[in-house]
Amino acid sequence: MKKKLLALFTFMLLALLITACSSDSSGDADEATDDASKDDSGGGSTGEVEIFSWWTGAGEEDGLLALIDLFEEKNPDITIDNAAVSGGAGTNAKAVLATRMQGNDPPSTFQVHGGEELNKSWVAADKMEPLNDFYEENGWMDKFPEELIDLVSSDGNIYSIPVNIHRGNVFFYNMQVFKDNGIDVPTTMDEFFAVADKLQDAGVVPIALGDKESWTATQIFENVLLGSLGPDDYKKLFAGEIGFDDSRVVDAAEKFGKILDYVNEDHASRNWQDSAQLVANGEAAMLNMGDWAKGYFANDLGLETNVDFGYFAFPDTVGDFQIITDTFGLPKGIDNPDDVKEFLKVLASVEGQDAFNPLKGSIPARIDADPEKYDQYGKDTMEDFKNSRLVPSLAHGSAASEGFLTKTNQAVNIFVTQRDVDNFIQALVSAAPEM
Amino acid sequence: MANDVQIKTKRKISKDQWTAIAFLIPSIILILVFVYGFIGWTGYVSLSNYNSLIPDFSFAGLKNYLYLFQDFRFQADLRNTLFFTILFIGAVIVIGMGLAILIDQKLKGESIFRNIFLFPMALSFVVTGVVWQWLLNPSTGFNQFLSVFGIQPKWYTDTNILAGFEWGSIEFGLPVAIISVVIAAVWQMTGFSLAMYLAGLRGIPDELREAARMDGATEFQVYWKVVLPMLAPITMSVIIIMAHISLKIFDLIYAMTGSGANFVTDVPGVYMFETTFRGNYYANGAAIAIIMLLLVAVFIVPYLWSSRKGDQ
Repeated sequence: MKKKLLALFTFMLLALLITACSSDSSGDADEATDDASKDDSGGGSTGEVEIFSWWTGAGEEDGLLALIDLFEEKNPDITIDNAAVSGGAGTNAKAVLATRMQGNDPPSTFQVHGGEELNKSWVAADKMEPLNDFYEENGWMDKFPEELIDLVSSDGNIYSIPVNIHRGNVFFYNMQVFKDNGIDVPTTMDEFFAVADKLQDAGVVPIALGDKESWTATQIFENVLLGSLGPDDYKKLFAGEIGFDDSRVVDAAEKFGKILDYVNEDHASRNWQDSAQLVANGEAAMLNMGDWAKGYFANDLGLETNVDFGYFAFPDTVGDFQIITDTFGLPKGIDNPDDVKEFLKVLASVEGQDAFNPLKGSIPARIDADPEKYDQYGKDTMEDFKNSRLVPSLAHGSAASEGFLTKTNQAVNIFVTQRDVDNFIQALVSAAPEM
Repeated sequence: MANDVQIKTKRKISKDQWTAIAFLIPSIILILVFVYGFIGWTGYVSLSNYNSLIPDFSFAGLKNYLYLFQDFRFQADLRNTLFFTILFIGAVIVIGMGLAILIDQKLKGESIFRNIFLFPMALSFVVTGVVWQWLLNPSTGFNQFLSVFGIQPKWYTDTNILAGFEWGSIEFGLPVAIISVVIAAVWQMTGFSLAMYLAGLRGIPDELREAARMDGATEFQVYWKVVLPMLAPITMSVIIIMAHISLKIFDLIYAMTGSGANFVTDVPGVYMFETTFRGNYYANGAAIAIIMLLLVAVFIVPYLWSSRKGDQ
């Protein structure tokens, strides 16, 4: 018996050593090919493109698979490795990505929100290839809105290709509840508070919130901020040209606090889907959520757009469009940049965007896509997207660095309970250097 | 002859030692590198300015630690950990010992009861967290039942701090919300202490209790004066094991409540995860990890010390 155990132990030890050594040597081989591909400025084709994303939910995974099918149809000699990481609205994927990037093992291309989530991290760390020439070659410069290209650019270089657009400053509402209480859609903050009072008197929770993860509350705050500052000064705020102690920011914090007076009591135990259910079953009237909530209402809860639930722009931000855009770039140090560029071409094409977005429930980032492929909400949003000012979302990592966002989420979490405006503003001011 | 024996034993030992060393060296090297090496590396990072994706190992002194101890969230974390640890260990000991004594009464179907109480241990904390999240959700779960009696506790969404007073930047006192997490953790880990106490009880010879009874001790006195003191080493082990679980707890909180409103259920583990992998504050995260290590060491080191003394 003892001998057997001993033999087993020895065997396991050997196995461990061998795997340790072999993974070591394969690592060296990788580096060697990396160097080689750098030398001949990116030629080699290994025939595999690894796509890293957190698209594992119902609609978004379908969209990604449709995109992959389209690509493989066009490029039968290149295979796609779908390396999606699920969980935590991308948090888990970002943690895995950070580890891989820092270990010089980047995926062929990866999902990243346009804006500072890209610029302040991977571009600043010098891990991304500029794509200006690639844009020029394919004539994309006028196919995407200028403000969107600005968002994926840093110091005049473009670093990624947007595939979809979600809007963050939308309120979804239960149409039956609005009708029963004789309420019209509010467009200004004052009208909004009047509506909220009326709903509260009628015994309906005016606003649904699920801030078990605090970004949902941060999302409300950024929209109030946008309404209070307007698009130009909102951008200046995150460029550091306006301080967080500006009187309009303080005003926004006060309004944010007032909005929080109208939310459901058990908000801390809910995530955003749970809060959307409150609106769906009429316990609450309105929900501020990015428009992925439309997919949840329509597909998961089986409600009909413009019959069961409606939508309106966040009060005071009617002409503005809080963009959340998923983009894909080209990391430095990968084996087969040419294959990856083929994938990016499909991703940027009208065909690719129209394959992906209707399934994902977002709208295309290109302005020349075919509106007929989209539902009524999609058509309305595409129209708004063309005619609105585009501003980057803070809650989704576009407006400021991940570090600043983490600290803002903490400050918001504290503010939701304590409602101490001075404290809140102070926390934002002291985090501002890390934007 | 004496000489001969000595040489023989010497040879034998050295051969044994050689095999032992040969087998130990790989694992010693692995442990040195992957445990102690990385602890050292974490300590090094915690003293650096590495607070973004761009590595920056310049020396920052205790800056990251000072930041943490002034931080509202970290102060709240330490408070929550303190109360969680006290309540959790206390409940696990009292309930575990109580159940063990009941099961030890030579009742029928003992193994059924033992298994029932042990089963929760087979689950992961994540499963426990998800289940108790719904059971203690203020708008579902137990409250549906409790509403019959007109009570509606807010469970883990309660932001009140019992007996709170201003201390640093936080309100120090017992966060009501942490009690919900304690309930879930106790439900899961009590079976373990029950098993340990049951083994301990079985190790106490019946003669001792008989003798006490002969001397006129009541049943209560038998337990209080004879059984409990003999269970002291078990209690010590339970405290050590539970303390290192509760100081490092992450998965249960992450699955069940998250950080909680106003960070009433936040713990250092969750803060470390978020600040490192969401905020890219690597040095701050490393500092939290080192503080957690020191907290656990406060429990473990005296234990190792005393058990080493016991060996000698």
